[in-house]
Amino acid sequence: MLIRADKITKKYKSRRGDKKPFYALKNVSLEIEQGQTIGLLGESGSGKSTLGQIIVGLARADSGEIYYHDKKIAFPLKGEQRKKIQILFQHPEVSFNPMLPLKKSMEEPYRVCKKECSKQRLIEDIEKFGLHEEHLERRPGELSGGELQRAALARILVMEPEIIVLDEPTSMLDVITQAQIVQFLKEYQQRYETSYLFITHDRVLAEQICNQIYEIHEGKMI
Amino acid sequence: MLEIKDISVQFASNHSVQAVENVNLCVKEKEKVVIVGETGSGKSILLLAILGLLPQNAMVTGEVLFEGRNLLNLKRKEWDQIRGKKISYVPQGSGNGMNPLMNVGFQVGEPLLEHRQTTKKEAFQKSIELLKKFHIGSEEIMAKQYPHTYSGGMRQRAMIAMGISAGAHIILADEPTKGLDEKRVAMVAESFQMLEDETILCVTHDLNFAKKIAQSISVMYAANQVEYAAAEEVLNHPLHPYTQDMIAAMPENGLKVSKGFAIPHGQYAQGGCRYAPRCRMCKERCMIQQPPMINCRGHKVRCWNYAD
Repeated sequence: MLIRADKITKKYKSRRGDKKPFYALKNVSLEIEQGQTIGLLGESGSGKSTLGQIIVGLARADSGEIYYHDKKIAFPLKGEQRKKIQILFQHPEVSFNPMLPLKKSMEEPYRVCKKECSKQRLIEDIEKFGLHEEHLERRPGELSGGELQRAALARILVMEPEIIVLDEPTSMLDVITQAQIVQFLKEYQQRYETSYLFITHDRVLAEQICNQIYEIHEGKMI
Repeated sequence: MLEIKDISVQFASNHSVQAVENVNLCVKEKEKVVIVGETGSGKSILLLAILGLLPQNAMVTGEVLFEGRNLLNLKRKEWDQIRGKKISYVPQGSGNGMNPLMNVGFQVGEPLLEHRQTTKKEAFQKSIELLKKFHIGSEEIMAKQYPHTYSGGMRQRAMIAMGISAGAHIILADEPTKGLDEKRVAMVAESFQMLEDETILCVTHDLNFAKKIAQSISVMYAANQVEYAAAEEVLNHPLHPYTQDMIAAMPENGLKVSKGFAIPHGQYAQGGCRYAPRCRMCKERCMIQQPPMINCRGHKVRCWNYAD
């Protein structure tokens, strides 16, 4: 088993000042095997993104464990785990420094992985996604949502992740770009046996691409 | 009721950008027209141009005919008698159109104070009625709440209520479903369906939403209008290759992938059809000469394949 979330609970102090905490997630478990696409379907506010963030170590669960290759992982993630477990956000602009040209942001994962990075290499990375050399000089604000999302994906893949949590990666994009990104993810999965946790509110889309779908409602699996 | 003739918008900056090019639309009374297209295709700019809300550096040419007048020539004072009173606007992003420091009930009723000279109390009462119409739930209490306590879908419906509160019969809505989940999209669609007597011009990239509310659909690609016909025709028998690709790419149709990625603004081939580099049906002529709008099987379509 690549990733197993076991009885995850996450609570917040209630906003209205009463003593009962607000449960974003309550005893939620899920399993992801290698090379599979698992869907996590729910409405806004159902806790699906919170679970995604706990799996990638961006939030700490109040109780429950995450297992990676059947070993417990501690919060925050360390070393290799941080490289192999990646997340792609709904709003790609949050993963880029708005002040830096795309080139600088694209170099970061190479530095983290201590891989050699040449301009040629960067161009090859982004050309797979229909971006070109001139895009490297632009700042995030000068790229469209679709372009930025493709760049974010290209950046993640440098790490050669084993699992990518896709947090509504296409809900802001038009249908053609959505189909292209989904197609790319499928092909990449076939080549490298990557797993995906696909978080979405679009049932039809989830049914098209997922091997298995978990449905979440008000913090509980249904 | 609202006739849009050859509207073009050009932004004068260091590199002048053509944001909208020769768009024609004829919105009849009580008709629901939806403009679909990808990000950056110029659809939101078109709405702002109709309302005269574009910044100074935008050059708008063409005509917007409403009640026998060309809206593009109106002075600011004249606009005040139209915007909000006869034509209202529901902006993009459900949170953007509301003042976070005022309660929702007041804001929904505010156009009444401005245009119908009612008392504050009457306006508030009217806004509770409107919130009821849009099924906000426990309306008397919710009217006194502030926008942040509303969910995205509720805010969006309150914005539509605000749009019609002063009795405007034409509503221009910009991406009213962006970022909302399926259930909430259905709620917004229902709100629009309820407005049987109002004329709606709505911009969206969500084809499923368009399917629910539209009577006519205009498809835009790279500042150009590429297809314009009755909604059923566009959705079931699309003619333009871009419309066909878009419908084939929908999840329910199997996410079929078309050729090439979206091209950023200002990088289209000069002269030729804007969609040519990504088009399956591209011919030599398409690369050199831009096709005109052609009438074919009840559609207006901008494609050389239907020229003969």
